[in-house]
Amino acid sequence: MADMKIAAYICQGCGLGERLNTAALAKVAQKEGKAALVKEHAFLCNAEGVQMIRDDIANEAVTHVVIGACSRRAKTEAFGFTDVAVMRANLREGVIWCQPDTDEAREFTQEMAEDYIRMGCAEAKKVKLAEVNPATATCRRVLVVGGGVSGMTAALEASRAGYEVVLVEKTGALGGWASKLYKRTPARSPFADPQDTPVAELTAAIEADGNIKVYLNSVTSKTAGAPGRFNVDISQESGSTVTELVGSIIQATGFSLYDANKLPELGYGKSANVVDQAGLEALAKAANGGAIKRPSDGGEVKTVVFVQCAGQRDDSGTHLAYCSGSCCLTSVKQAMYFKDANPDIDTVVVYQDLRMPGNGEDFYRSGQNKGVIFTKGKVSSVEATGNTCKVNFHDLILNDQTAIEDADLVVLATGQVPNSGTDIELLQVAEMEAVSSTTPEIEARIAGLKGASILNLQYRQGPDMPQLKYGFTDSHFICFPYETRRTGIYSAGPVRRPMDMAQAMEDATGAAMKAIQVVENASLGRAAHPRSGDLSFPSFRREGCTQCKRCTVECPFGAIDEDEQRYPVFNESRCRRCGTCMGACPVRVISFENYSVESVGQQIKAVEVPDEFSEKPRILILACENDAYPALDMAAMNRNVYSAFVRVIPVRCLGSVNTIFVTDALNSGYDGVMMMGCKHGDDYQCHFVKGSELANYRMSKVDDTLKSMGLEKERVQTFEVAITDIDRVPQLINDYAAKIQEIGMSPLKGF
Amino acid sequence: MSKYRNSFLKEVEEKVEEGNWVKMCMQCGVCAGSCPFGPHWAHPPQEIFMMIRAGKREEVLSSDSMWMCTSCYQCIVRCPRKLPITHIMHGLATYASRLGLVPKSQPTQAFGQLFWDNLVKVGRVNELKLSLGLYFKDGFGQGVKNAMAMQSVGLGLMKAKRLNPMEFFGGHGVSDKSGFHAMLKKAQEIEDQRKKPA
Amino acid sequence: MAKQYSFYPGCSSQKGASSSNYLTSTNSMCKYLDIQLNEIPDWNCCGASIGYAGGGELPRITLSARNIALSEQHNPGQDVVATCAACWLATREAKERLDHSEQMKADANTALKEAGLVYNGQQKARHMVEVLIEDIGFEALGKGVKKPLKGLKIAGYVGCQTNRPFGVNGESFENPMYLDNMIETLGAEAVTYDQKVTCCGGALAFSEPEKSQKQIKDIIESAYDHGADMIVTPCPLCQANVEIYQGEVNKRFGTKFNIPVTYYSQLITVAYGGSASEAALDGQLIRATKLEDLAGK
Repeated sequence: MADMKIAAYICQGCGLGERLNTAALAKVAQKEGKAALVKEHAFLCNAEGVQMIRDDIANEAVTHVVIGACSRRAKTEAFGFTDVAVMRANLREGVIWCQPDTDEAREFTQEMAEDYIRMGCAEAKKVKLAEVNPATATCRRVLVVGGGVSGMTAALEASRAGYEVVLVEKTGALGGWASKLYKRTPARSPFADPQDTPVAELTAAIEADGNIKVYLNSVTSKTAGAPGRFNVDISQESGSTVTELVGSIIQATGFSLYDANKLPELGYGKSANVVDQAGLEALAKAANGGAIKRPSDGGEVKTVVFVQCAGQRDDSGTHLAYCSGSCCLTSVKQAMYFKDANPDIDTVVVYQDLRMPGNGEDFYRSGQNKGVIFTKGKVSSVEATGNTCKVNFHDLILNDQTAIEDADLVVLATGQVPNSGTDIELLQVAEMEAVSSTTPEIEARIAGLKGASILNLQYRQGPDMPQLKYGFTDSHFICFPYETRRTGIYSAGPVRRPMDMAQAMEDATGAAMKAIQVVENASLGRAAHPRSGDLSFPSFRREGCTQCKRCTVECPFGAIDEDEQRYPVFNESRCRRCGTCMGACPVRVISFENYSVESVGQQIKAVEVPDEFSEKPRILILACENDAYPALDMAAMNRNVYSAFVRVIPVRCLGSVNTIFVTDALNSGYDGVMMMGCKHGDDYQCHFVKGSELANYRMSKVDDTLKSMGLEKERVQTFEVAITDIDRVPQLINDYAAKIQEIGMSPLKGF
Repeated sequence: MSKYRNSFLKEVEEKVEEGNWVKMCMQCGVCAGSCPFGPHWAHPPQEIFMMIRAGKREEVLSSDSMWMCTSCYQCIVRCPRKLPITHIMHGLATYASRLGLVPKSQPTQAFGQLFWDNLVKVGRVNELKLSLGLYFKDGFGQGVKNAMAMQSVGLGLMKAKRLNPMEFFGGHGVSDKSGFHAMLKKAQEIEDQRKKPA
Repeated sequence: MAKQYSFYPGCSSQKGASSSNYLTSTNSMCKYLDIQLNEIPDWNCCGASIGYAGGGELPRITLSARNIALSEQHNPGQDVVATCAACWLATREAKERLDHSEQMKADANTALKEAGLVYNGQQKARHMVEVLIEDIGFEALGKGVKKPLKGLKIAGYVGCQTNRPFGVNGESFENPMYLDNMIETLGAEAVTYDQKVTCCGGALAFSEPEKSQKQIKDIIESAYDHGADMIVTPCPLCQANVEIYQGEVNKRFGTKFNIPVTYYSQLITVAYGGSASEAALDGQLIRATKLEDLAGK
């Protein structure tokens, strides 16, 4: 890289020229910021202004550009120079839009703006333009684990997009759960009647597709590597193992029905006439359009009762706590098996809440139209007597303890249990126990957990993907569908969350797109979601590393392994660039080219802190760039005013905040530090899953540090801020500023 | 043994005005919450629909509930399933009347019958006779009491020329009474044939 | 040339009946608006909303079919127009069912044959307010105003049956604005209150007085609390219930209501320069004195 040359540009548009003394700002950039080239411009983001910057880059050997204009979230195209490092000093949203336009406010507003120019120049000195990592992995093949409808759909979608696919199926045939069905719920308008399953069609398409290599009777016995370079051992029933190189992985291992044997009170196991939904499908398949017979004696079926939520939505902790979101549709379909064959058969669906996703409402209406009776109620027991059953239930509409007698068939809707492999958290617990004392019980437990693994990942964090809730392998049900917490590995279908076939096919298509996206990004050395396109990746100073393993343990994505000497090994294409490792490192040896302890630290130090007697406190805000920073920008767009004493630095994630930032700030004489990150806990909103939670944990330890510095604990506080907190965030700032005013100025100024 | 079987539902579908809609209710309860007389229904429409599906024939047809309908049509316009609830309630009331299952002295049934008889007689409603009929439906003594209680209202209306005591002796009506009566007789015949009680 | 309509006045509008003042003022209003109403000869009762207790589906529908058949015969090519909400609703509902079901139409015609009539379903069933809004329009209506009803604060009480289930002018069932717009067009102030479409109890005011009077009380109370000095309505049963029972409501609930309840036709007649008697203001149980004063000026 050539010598560093910083150019600073001060925009006068959007009212900046009227509200600020831009000449003074230019002087700050020049004198204090040591910018070699400083220019003011009336309208920097217009074609002429952008051209001026381009010309300077081309003709003046500029390597770093500091743009004193709007927020880094605005005008990203105009200022998206790829050949130089770009800093954005946020003078518009960060200063003039959040400060009152009055004569009295002028002084403070100008001070704010000057600080942001100082910070921009200080940051520039510590960052480099990120360059493509030469060790880029380039395999673009997609591995699909599981040959059901989800897996087949994912394989076909990836193939149609031009990607080679390896499809691994445990059993001897493709089709999965769907191959057990007589018919499926309708996928086409008018959504009124059961339809043939897509198994035959999908299987034929896969067999005809030269891009898809299928392994039947096979499992993935070992998975090592990273996006763009996964080495996967595929073990076949015959005993042979082949290794395939793939770029990304889709896990579509589906679900198993919840075991109806756990529901003896509902008659399962006591009467052959009580079946689960799979049992009814088997009966329907056997009947093949003819009359379905009573299992116990082959007698005529006149009345069928469907018991919804059997062993589901259970708050006692005994059975599944959740709704499987597909069984209501299935029961309507199964009731139609009877009604379509003979409208005189009575079919009653006893439900607590009917949940009909997708076009299910039309299907429900069709079921009603065909004469299926729907009764809101809770079944308490099923008594088997002779060849019929009595279904006892509480009719919740009529508030009636009642029963349906002489039912010939009872179908229990037992719900979906994901086939997600090893619960790595349980495995960790067991392995921790084993460290202190090994017993045969613990060893057996560990062996059992490991034996259940599907992917057999060779990651330090465990052999399968982390589970979000109830064993499902999602990372965030709402914000990031298809994303898991293992980069380059995506889950699709009911293993990700409970769903019906239509949703599973859509899900598989989405996952295929993600799998393609990640191999493309990996081949270019770029980050995947959510910092897609980022070329930087973490590196560490080996001589300074104490092998403490904090980074490897805390990485939310399992991106870091350890070598034999327990030094971290960064798998750059697994990395999401959140900086959690950088925040974790106690000796501060981890950094990115464009984001480091130094690049943030120098911004903190660049702020001019007035002395104790000035009555001008300084509050540092470290704001998550995903939620808190946009919330601040939007608050400013609404002209919500907040304290002029704050200086905001966006961070990639609160997880990347190293405690040194806080101590540096306090030592520099700041009066308070606000940290704004996303909601953490079970319903977290952190874009990097664990970042804000880790930050919160680390900061809980800061109190001792504060005490040793002789400071009040209120001087450092963590806040949960959502992107929608547009009105709340200025209020938080103002309340905090008032509190600081109350506590008084920091005694550490001027040292 | 007819609980939650289709037998009564089928009867309603065949014999009750708009009864074929009953199976389409999805039990949301918007009708119950929208009815101005909601609190006075022993069984709001939603429940009536469920009772029909649960096979509770006697309980439904002898219920006072559908007689609480004021024909405000609030339930119809709000029903997400577009059930013609007002008409179904009227239909159930008509069917219960025909079967003689209406609770004794149900006031709306009595008034409605009076209204119908009144209009059938001459083709137009005679408001005076209608009111007097209502007051005297529980016998002469009660009638006088009722009439006295409403005396001021009646006198006010008379003063405003909106109640004519002379209506008692004849009053308005259609001129083609024989055609009118023959028409209604025929309509009733067809109705009876189509909706013969089960 | 006057606009021509086939008019279905309905039982309550007859001489000496409870909404005779509605008919008087409608006639005056139509004179001012150049509307010619041609009464359907020998029309009969529509069965109203309570007829079901005695009459089944087909007998009730046949009642309306007879009116339409007479209209088709005597006033060909004209829309059937009713002033009474129940008359309009019953006629429109009957027509909808007759046109929807061949069976129903055949059955009705079998019955009509006994009276020498036939139903063809060629005429629309409309309410008078539809004529005012759709055929004349607020702008034209406003242009003819000679005495703007300045200073009058009026609660437009739409009620049920002109509003549901068909509605007027495609308006919302929960908050129809046509009556308010009409009030404002005439120069008065339309009061915003929350019982605009509340049911007055309808026919059950007679059979279930206690329950209905609670409804009536809520309506009047809300209009009163929001500053109305008059209630106006398009429905004769609404008018009757809300006006006639105020004394009963006062007794039952200890209130002191004495608020006039008029028809839109009375407002239009006065605003167009008609006299108090043309507007049938003498037909009020509770005198609409402010309106009378305006009419007298």
